[in-house]
Amino acid sequence: MPKRQKVLVLYLKFPSLEAEVISWATFDGTGQKLHMTGDSDEPPYPTGLDALLDGWRLFQSSQAIPEHPGEEFRTSYLKHEFFFEKIEEGDF
Amino acid sequence: MVQLLSTEQMAEFANSGCLFFDGLIDNETNKEFLNDIGHTDIENVDNMQKYFQNIKASSSIPRIPAGTPLKNAYQHKSPLEKIFQNEVVAGAINSLVGSESVVDHQFLHLTFPTKYFKKTNQRQMSQVNHQDSTIDPRITFDIQLFYFPTDVTKEMGGTRYHPGTHLRIVNEMGIAKYQNIKGQKNIVCKAGTIGIFHNGLWHGAGVNFSDEIRYMFKVRLQPTEKQELLWDPEKKYKPLPNKALYWTDENQEKTVNDILMKSYPWQEADTNRLDKINTIKFWRMLTGNKNLDIDYWLTRIENELY
Repeated sequence: MPKRQKVLVLYLKFPSLEAEVISWATFDGTGQKLHMTGDSDEPPYPTGLDALLDGWRLFQSSQAIPEHPGEEFRTSYLKHEFFFEKIEEGDF
Repeated sequence: MVQLLSTEQMAEFANSGCLFFDGLIDNETNKEFLNDIGHTDIENVDNMQKYFQNIKASSSIPRIPAGTPLKNAYQHKSPLEKIFQNEVVAGAINSLVGSESVVDHQFLHLTFPTKYFKKTNQRQMSQVNHQDSTIDPRITFDIQLFYFPTDVTKEMGGTRYHPGTHLRIVNEMGIAKYQNIKGQKNIVCKAGTIGIFHNGLWHGAGVNFSDEIRYMFKVRLQPTEKQELLWDPEKKYKPLPNKALYWTDENQEKTVNDILMKSYPWQEADTNRLDKINTIKFWRMLTGNKNLDIDYWLTRIENELY
């Protein structure tokens, strides 16, 4: 059976999986659902840990990078990024 | 006589990066604008590109060279001149970017319903989140004024925006990977609504699932003077004294500082504090008061004795 990857990206309130989800993105390699920007106002899981409990496998998380000297108060992108995957088998 | 913004409205803008004036422009001017661009019944619109090209060719919306003073930009008695001369619109512009602002660019955004995408076999996708228009670490800010000549329903996918993101320094579509952000809003409004965004506010257009075309006219304005107390020419604003922190009395009256220190559900626990610090720095700039502080955020870290 062919396999396809589904990717879930969660941005959390602080750098621990127990933290609340503040932003999210889903990319469905099975083609079953087309996700796009602004398609849901409620996160798929309350925390990163809840995604693990539902079978998502964590494969990457953001590093803690010290702020550059002189730029300590500059704010930019969302910091606490976690990439999860599910591999699905099927007749795609 | 223009109607300048109140200190509370300025604080709202400083904190959220946006202001809205619901149904501000009268129906007659809205109709005049729509007639001018050749708005017609949806049944008469066959092709998205042709319709757009026809608007560009026949409407009175002028080609404005970048850097043209706003006061010289629009034809006398045209619907757009009437909109910019509205006392609330002119007052908000003068309060934020001054009375001598210049036009950076303008555009009429059209968002078409699903049937046009089906007809041409195109995938109908929302616009990704982005910030206009490149990395912009200035203290000076521009504004983007949005005019909605028709009602915008939820199904029409009005502009999505993220209050409080305007002071984060990012690189345009570098934020496109955030499909959804907690607390995101979509503009749903009456015809004649005016929205004003700080140029840094994260935003994107939604998908139009209705049967009507959605229109949004946008103008970006740049100041030519310092943006200090433009809303308060008599300099009546005075910073509030320090208050007790954390161990406080309940039921204290809400002040301008509470508007300025409002948090948003998308902010990280750590960076939220930096967002507050940057809002206070922004408020220092807007009020011209270099020592002002709120909730001791800056005093604490400026107390350097070595």
